[in-house]
Amino acid sequence: MFDRRFVKYFDWGLLGLTFLIGILGLVTLYSAVTSATPTPQKTLYFKQMIWYCAGMTGMVLSFLVNYKSLYRWAPAIYVVCILLLIYVLIMGKYVGGARRWLVLGPISIQPSELVKIAVIISLARYYSKFSDTRGFTLRELFTPLILTAIPFILIVKQPDLGTAMVVVLIAGFMTVFVKIERRSFLCIVSACTITGPLVWFLLKGYQKKRILTFINPDRDPLGAGYHIIQSKIAIGSGMIFGKGYLKGTQNALSFLPEQHTDFIFSVLAEEWGFVGSVVMLFLFLMLIIWGLNIAYRCRDPFGTILAVGITAMMFWQIFINIGMAMGLMPIVGVTLPFISYGGSSIVSIMVCVGLLMSISMRRFLFE
Amino acid sequence: MGKYLQTADTDWYKQRLIRVMLCVAGAFFILLLRLFYLQVVQGQELRRLSENNCIRLQSTDASRGMIFDRNGILLVDNRPAFDLSIILKDAKPVDRTIEKLAKLIEVPVSELMKKIEHNKGILSYKPILLKQDIGRDALAAVDVRKFDLPGIVVNVKPRRHYIKRQSAAHLIGYLSEISSDELKSGKHPECKGGDFIGKFGVEKVFERFLKGKQGGRQVEVNVMGQVVKVLKTVDALPGQNIYLTIDYILQKKAEALLEGAAGAVVAMDPETGDILVMASSPSFDQNAFVDGMSHKQWESLISNPLRPMANKAVQGEYPPASTFKIVTAIAGLEEGVIDENTTMHCPGYYKYGNRIYRCWRRGGHGSVDIVKALSQSCDVFFYQVGQKLGVDRLAFYAKACGLGSATGINLDDEAEGLIPTSAWKKRRTGISWQGGETLSVAIGQGYDLSTPLQMLVLTSALANGGTGYKPLILKSVKTVDGDIVIQSKRQIIGRLPAGKKTLAIVKKGLWEVVNSPKGTGRIAHIKGIDISGKTGTAQVVGRTNDPHLSEKDIPDHFKDHAWFVSYAPSVDPQIAVAVLVEHGGHGSTAAAPIAREIIRTYLEKDEYVRQLKAEISKQ
Repeated sequence: MFDRRFVKYFDWGLLGLTFLIGILGLVTLYSAVTSATPTPQKTLYFKQMIWYCAGMTGMVLSFLVNYKSLYRWAPAIYVVCILLLIYVLIMGKYVGGARRWLVLGPISIQPSELVKIAVIISLARYYSKFSDTRGFTLRELFTPLILTAIPFILIVKQPDLGTAMVVVLIAGFMTVFVKIERRSFLCIVSACTITGPLVWFLLKGYQKKRILTFINPDRDPLGAGYHIIQSKIAIGSGMIFGKGYLKGTQNALSFLPEQHTDFIFSVLAEEWGFVGSVVMLFLFLMLIIWGLNIAYRCRDPFGTILAVGITAMMFWQIFINIGMAMGLMPIVGVTLPFISYGGSSIVSIMVCVGLLMSISMRRFLFE
Repeated sequence: MGKYLQTADTDWYKQRLIRVMLCVAGAFFILLLRLFYLQVVQGQELRRLSENNCIRLQSTDASRGMIFDRNGILLVDNRPAFDLSIILKDAKPVDRTIEKLAKLIEVPVSELMKKIEHNKGILSYKPILLKQDIGRDALAAVDVRKFDLPGIVVNVKPRRHYIKRQSAAHLIGYLSEISSDELKSGKHPECKGGDFIGKFGVEKVFERFLKGKQGGRQVEVNVMGQVVKVLKTVDALPGQNIYLTIDYILQKKAEALLEGAAGAVVAMDPETGDILVMASSPSFDQNAFVDGMSHKQWESLISNPLRPMANKAVQGEYPPASTFKIVTAIAGLEEGVIDENTTMHCPGYYKYGNRIYRCWRRGGHGSVDIVKALSQSCDVFFYQVGQKLGVDRLAFYAKACGLGSATGINLDDEAEGLIPTSAWKKRRTGISWQGGETLSVAIGQGYDLSTPLQMLVLTSALANGGTGYKPLILKSVKTVDGDIVIQSKRQIIGRLPAGKKTLAIVKKGLWEVVNSPKGTGRIAHIKGIDISGKTGTAQVVGRTNDPHLSEKDIPDHFKDHAWFVSYAPSVDPQIAVAVLVEHGGHGSTAAAPIAREIIRTYLEKDEYVRQLKAEISKQ
């Protein structure tokens, strides 16, 4: 089974980039979990290392799989993931007011992370099957809409608005990529502009308030607004060269909420300053361009769209998470790939990298 | 397929991918610009703010809703209290600051240091509470020297104040500091350590109305921890005011009448189910819970044999004794076991098997019919009715009258009482039901247990012609501005299993209890007010039945519980009252006068209005 071409055509660049970002992530996480007073959570750091090992295994496995076989398996993968989501809604572990976790012995996983991949694969299958240069019409978009809406609703129910939004954004990214037929596009846009205000009119006062607060956290100065201010102070106070590794005070005094998951970029920016943050941004940009380049060079529509979907997922999570930390976006719980603490997040992103590698390499192979 | 319909090929995808890459690069450029703005343009200013962790949150407590009686007499409000806290980060040097403070407020240094020691793990910029509710003098002293006391913060907090000391304490309940278990339970997501929550009674049950919503301020502080700028304020939302159904004038009267005894008085408007009085004696001081009590105080409260912490009106279970004869009478009449003309002979005892069951009156009642049996509480008559009915038929009627299950009053831990059936006994003890036990049960002894509230609901239903209303304690909830949020409506929970004729007969019996010369409750008779009622004297388990022992030789805790259930006026009743005095002796002497006085207070309108006016003018 082993082929010498595996070594020759293997995407070493992607692997190197992934390792680099992964190591930076672990270094940042170490700071986020150790300097926090009064309770340093060093164990989280070791857990994350273990997750990385698991992630690496996942990466190798998904790389060994010929991505083309995913075309056939797409419906099965989708159904299994949706069933997991339903199961977690009923039987999941209740943590912090949400039912997101599936407990399997000593570990707990978030099926919503896996669902993202399932949606990407399913949409890639559908779009590659029917794609043409005219673009998709409204009627043809019905199936993708359903494929996206089911997991979206299930995840919103958990509730995990951040992940639900990411699912929609990924689907949107992929759909725009395969093109929406001009007239249908106009229809969608005008329908939104008409129903938007109508829905707004029908909402109750407190619902409007919640949405406004979501869009503009400043309206909630004791909650989200306060977190944003502290995050902005943390980032800004890093100035050009940063306060130095493990010396971030905002982080150390626990002024940042969720500093090891949602607000981990603030920790990095505070300690490494503008220089460090730009390097991080650059590495992320490289990763995304790399992924798009894989799509570019792939000669099979399914592979191309799959690579675009995976890259879209990375892009949205990076953009939303960093944008949120800097006060550009509403506060939603979205992890920063490779950096944030979280087993499911690490494993699923590594699986995605493995899939990209698989697509990248197999463009040379005729099977 | 149209002519412009082409399969997407690799080149087409490539073209689109170039655009995608440009979009992504654009998005990253936005992030870069924002990063530049924060770290380079605003860097200096944000670094300054981070240096002292200047931006902090201060919470402001919402003032808790007030509690009124049905006529608007204020029972519970809030008073301002001043709490002293220290923020370690700002209070440098901590030792010297504490020393100075200790002198000012006259508290030993060690006590203050202990508080700091206790909170060692806390974040250094979070306040540690040093002393709650310092007096005005101490406040003035601290305020004058505040620049000499870095890191010391004074917070004004509304503090619960129970105005009518010990009055309706069991119904109203109290506030107390949230416990760590309650914090962990997740039932109070908005609370943090040190917050006060309702722990008992109305304060707990209606927490969601009373609580309000905490507000807060985002402030910038200087190195000393003093506020230099208020950045943003969110006003606290005050809690909603609660109007109870109780009538404070009656409540006060009931508590005065129960003074020195253990027992309960509950009264209700038979037409609505509004609870007018809910008194349980002895009572306790609710303010002690707010101010924090010592372990010793708490111990003495809960180890007191008179159980001051129990709301005996809803949690106390007692044998209903002769008040249960109302049920036996209804069952007997409805089942046709007796009718209004049935007479029996009472020689003072009844022989069942080879045991003798005594009537409370040794000499017997002679020839008795149902009305006389009720009015003179003839045991022998009801032994026979009970025997003819059998325990299970009797239990069916008792349960239909609302006994043996909770009334559903909106208070925690309501007791259900107990109505035995033969199946229940078999299940519980494994022994079959003995015929003699039915005799005891028929006169409300044996296994029978009920709460004063259950007997009140039953009495009210009898008074109003058969409808059981849910006992209500909440009359309305209003916003601070007086807008009505909730207005309680009467709710039917059951109907007495008795026809008109039966009810008339039973009511006649109850009328004679008070109004016939030989009635057991004639002590409750007042000129001008037509009262009906039923006495009860519940034997205390464990008491030796030595007939030679005279009443006053029996030690107090073996004395009988005294019951009296009543309503007035007998036609178109306006009030029903149930009284239970633990170890009070006879129902006629210990309980009936209390009910009488409450009815008098309520129905002698001139005097009532005078008292109400006096009470309102005091506010």
